[in-house]
Amino acid sequence: MLNYLWAFMILIGILYGCFHGTMADISSAALDSSKEAVTLCITMLGVMSFWTGLMQIAQKAGIIASLTQKITPFLRFLFPSLRNEYQALEYISTNVIANILGLGWACTPAGLKAMEEMRQIQLRRGKNPDMASNEMCGFLILNISSLQLIPVNMIVYRSQYGSVNPTAIIAPAIVATLFSTLAGILFLKIADMRSRIH
Amino acid sequence: MSFANVLSNFSNIIIPLIIFYIVATGIANKVNVYDEFLEGARDGMKTVVGIMPTLIGLMIAVGVLRASGFLDFLGQLLGKLFADFSVPAPILPVILVKMFSNSAATGLVLDIFKTYGPDSRIGFLTSLIMSSTETIFYTMSVYFLTAKVKKTRYTLPGALIATLAGIVASFWIVKYML
Repeated sequence: MLNYLWAFMILIGILYGCFHGTMADISSAALDSSKEAVTLCITMLGVMSFWTGLMQIAQKAGIIASLTQKITPFLRFLFPSLRNEYQALEYISTNVIANILGLGWACTPAGLKAMEEMRQIQLRRGKNPDMASNEMCGFLILNISSLQLIPVNMIVYRSQYGSVNPTAIIAPAIVATLFSTLAGILFLKIADMRSRIH
Repeated sequence: MSFANVLSNFSNIIIPLIIFYIVATGIANKVNVYDEFLEGARDGMKTVVGIMPTLIGLMIAVGVLRASGFLDFLGQLLGKLFADFSVPAPILPVILVKMFSNSAATGLVLDIFKTYGPDSRIGFLTSLIMSSTETIFYTMSVYFLTAKVKKTRYTLPGALIATLAGIVASFWIVKYML
């Protein structure tokens, strides 16, 4: 998908520039942007390493493991039909906690394992495995509702472009994320109940 | 204390609190905190170096689009379509692109920061929307492909509603904070 999107952006830009006399601007923009990307990465190197360093301590100190355990009751509430599926619950909680803490590299593998596990559960139930189960729909809605507590990347970008207070977005972002997650949970609960009745 | 004050105070203290809590818990559990920090930081550096080519590629693409004048044209076009919703024109492409690709949306966001500044109303709103939404179609395709699922049932409507709630909340917060 990104192949087409990227090609589309470049080709449209150059074609549009062709007819609007902005070709010179395009040449310098292409060169400047590549330099700018590197400058941005240098800022990011610092902040990201700081964050992942902290998270490494959190992991060794058992903070992440204990958080993962603490949210299990909440996950049982969200996915009552997975109440006794310990393996699936473990993958889901690892994914959710990694999401909340912004550990991108840790959440996708756990999330994919959770999906595979839920597929096995669906097969064990004798249901059609081509069809997403209620838990799968719910899990994805939860994931897409955005769970990240500290938007580390956005803070980096803001500081790079001269924000007076780059971290000012933390609390408002938590509130906005809370809203999107609550809306997602409400929806998945209603949809789950409806499909049980039918 | 007003809502805006509470939010900004919380934003200011949360990072130091997290650092303190993690380091203190680490020491209490006899973790070699500094060694582990270095270890984790090394991984973080690898991650950033890994995404560097992506960022270069997409910033060039957005830079070309911006310099050609097409981005302004697109913003105006979308702005007319959505004029009734009083959404600032430059944000619309971000919202649309974010559904497909986070990094492509990042390119647009950086362009907004450059043009309007990250602390402007548009800049702040963009920061919030980016923080409270996810890449719907990308996530769905990767996850469902793994589970070999063909019928995704109510996932998309649910994901869209959650995303919309995040966007509406972002607008509402910016209205009361700035």
